[in-house]
Amino acid sequence: MDYLSELESKSIYVVREAYSRFKDIGLLWSMGKDSTALLWICRKAFYGKIPFPVIHIDTGYKFKEMYEFRDRLAKEWDLDMRVAKNTVAIEAGMGPHVGSKIDCCNSLKTQALKDYLAELNLKAILLAIRRDEHGIRAKERYFSPRDEDFKWNYEDQPPELWDQYKSSSEGSDHVRVHPMLHMTELDIWRYIQRENIPTNLLYFARDGKRYRSLGCECCCAPGDSNATTIEEVIAELETTNISERSYRAQDKEDAYTMQKLRSLGYM
Amino acid sequence: MEKENFKIVIVGHVDHGKSTFIGRLLYDTDSIPPDKIEVIEQVCFELGKPLEFAFITDQIREEREKGITIDTTQIFFYTDKRDYVIIDAPGHKEFMKNMITGASQAEGSVLVVDANEGVKEQTRRHAYVLGLLGLRENIIILNKMDLVNYSEETYNAVKKEISEFYKSIGIAATYVIPVSAVVGDNIATKSEKTPWYDGPTVIEAIDSLKKHDDIENAELRFPIQDVYNIDGKKIVVGRIESGQIKDGDQLFLHPGKREVTISEILEFGHEKHSADCGESTGVTLQGASDVKRGEMLSGRNSSPIETTKIHGTIFWMFPMPIKVNQTLAFRCNTQEVPCRIAVIKKRIDSSTSALLEENATTLGETEVGEVIIETDQPVLVENFLDIPELGRFVLEWREIIVAGGVVTG
Repeated sequence: MDYLSELESKSIYVVREAYSRFKDIGLLWSMGKDSTALLWICRKAFYGKIPFPVIHIDTGYKFKEMYEFRDRLAKEWDLDMRVAKNTVAIEAGMGPHVGSKIDCCNSLKTQALKDYLAELNLKAILLAIRRDEHGIRAKERYFSPRDEDFKWNYEDQPPELWDQYKSSSEGSDHVRVHPMLHMTELDIWRYIQRENIPTNLLYFARDGKRYRSLGCECCCAPGDSNATTIEEVIAELETTNISERSYRAQDKEDAYTMQKLRSLGYM
Repeated sequence: MEKENFKIVIVGHVDHGKSTFIGRLLYDTDSIPPDKIEVIEQVCFELGKPLEFAFITDQIREEREKGITIDTTQIFFYTDKRDYVIIDAPGHKEFMKNMITGASQAEGSVLVVDANEGVKEQTRRHAYVLGLLGLRENIIILNKMDLVNYSEETYNAVKKEISEFYKSIGIAATYVIPVSAVVGDNIATKSEKTPWYDGPTVIEAIDSLKKHDDIENAELRFPIQDVYNIDGKKIVVGRIESGQIKDGDQLFLHPGKREVTISEILEFGHEKHSADCGESTGVTLQGASDVKRGEMLSGRNSSPIETTKIHGTIFWMFPMPIKVNQTLAFRCNTQEVPCRIAVIKKRIDSSTSALLEENATTLGETEVGEVIIETDQPVLVENFLDIPELGRFVLEWREIIVAGGVVTG
C-alpha cells in the first residue's frame, strides 16, 4: 500500500471507531483544506452518507469565499449542515479589535462550540488538527477528552496503544477525535491532489500572494507565492522553510497562546 | 519514486538528553523553520537560558519551566533517503504511560544514555519496554561525551553494560554511537573528537534501519469494526490486518467458523475488486445474516486462535496495583470482553528484568507480569510473534487503559 493510502486508511479507521464508540458525534468543518479533507474522508468512510451533523463555527469574520464554498458543498454533498455562532457576544461587540486575540477566539470560537455542543448533546467531535501544525497539537491524542469546563488536561492524558482509544465519554463533557494527526501539510496537499478534493481558491496565488492557513479574515495574512495550482503549491511546500501558521495573528500574540487557548477548549 | 517513511521513538532515562538530541538532529539538518527557532530563542531569552534544543519538542509551558518532558510528541524530520516521524518519549518513571503511548507507534528506536551517568533505572526500563513491544530496529547513543572528555574507555564501559542488558532481554542494537547533542558531535557530521570511533553518524545509522513488512504475506485476518446499512446494502467495514481479499473469496466468519463468501468489495467513488493488508475497506457478504463488531473474517485454510484463556506478558501502567481475579476488560483489535487476570506466573521488575515473585497475587505500577488472562467470552487472537496486530492487547479498568500486553501462547 502506498504511503498516502496508509495515512487515509488510518484516518478512516479512526473516524469509524469514533462513530462506533460514541454514535452521537459531529464533524467541525471550517472550509479550510484540512477539514475539507477530513470531510472527504468521512464521505469515503460512510459511502457518501455521513450519519452525523457537519458543524461550522462561524465567528462572522470569515472570508466571503469560505461561506460560498460551504454553501455549495453542503448542497452538493447533501450534508446535515449546521452553523453555530455566539450571537450574544457578537451583538455585545466582541471582535478581533476588542481586547486580545485570546479573548476573541475564546468567545467567538470556543464559547460558540461549547454552547452548540450542549445544544446537540454530542459525545464526541471530529476535528482536522495535525501534529505538524503546532508544537502543542503535536502533544495530542487521537481521542482526547475534555472535562465539563471544556478544559484539556495535557498533563495527564489517557494512554493510547495500538489503535485502542478512549472508549467512553464518561467523566468528560465530550471527546475530541483527531483523525488527521499523523498527516503533514504536504500529505494533505498530495491527498487533495490524488482525490481531486474541492479546495478554496484562497489557497492559490493572486497578485503574488496566497494563504497557507485560513481562519478569520482579519487574523490571517497571505504570504509571497506564485503557486496557482495544486502542483505548484506542492512544489513550493517541498522547498519552503516558512512554517504554515507563521501568518496566523493569534500565534504571534504570545509563545503560549495556543496552549492557553487549547487548555480552555479551543481546537 | 516515493520516499520511504519510518517512525522512530527516542527513549532513555530522565535528563539523559532525549529532547535535546531530537532538537539538535532537526536543527543540524535545517528541519526547523527559522520562524519557529526565533520563537524558541525568545522564550529562552525570557527564561534566562541559552538556546535549548529541547524546546523544539518540549512545547508545553510547564515542560520548559521545569525542564522535563511530560508527554510524548511527534515531529517530522527528513533525510535524503527517507521521511521520518520522530517520537519523543518522557524519561520520568511517573510518565511511563506516555512513553509507552509513543513507543507503541514506532518501527525503530534510539536509546539515549548519558555517558557520564551511565546506565540508569529508566534506561533499562525503557529498553525492557522496547523488547516487549517487539522492536527489531534499534540504535543506542551515548550522549554527553563532551562531559567525559570523549573518552574511549568510558564509551566502551557503558557500551558493554547496556549491550549486555539488551542481550539479556532478547533485543539487539545495530550501532552504539558516541555523541554530544549539545555540541553536535556525530549527529549529522563525523566528529574529530572521537577518532577512535569508526561507525556511522546518527543520521547514517537511522537511514540504515530496515522496514519490516512481513505481515503483508500472512494469512487473512479481517476484524470487523462496524456494520452499516446504506442504500439497502449491509456493508461490513474494518481494516485488513493481514492477508488480502478479492471478490468471491470463500471465508470463515469467526467465532464459530460460519461459511461466508465475499459478494462485493466497496470503496466510495471507485470500483474495487480486491483489497490489501492495511486497507480500511468494506464488503458485503453472502451467507452471514448477523455480523457484529468484534467478529473476524479469515481464509478457510487458517483460522485465528479462539480461546477464553490467554497466556501473555503485560506491563502494568496504573498507580493502583492489580489483584488476581479483579474484573477488567480485555481489548484486542475490535474485540472487547470482560476478563480477569487468573494467574500471575511471574512478577518482574522492568528496570532490572529480575524475577520478583512467582505465583504473585498483585502486580504494581511499571511491573511486568507473565500472566494467564481468562475472558468471559471467547476471543480471537494470535501469538504476537506471528501476527502482531492480533497478538497485542490492552486491559481496561473502569474505562481507563491500565496495561498493555502481548500474547505469548
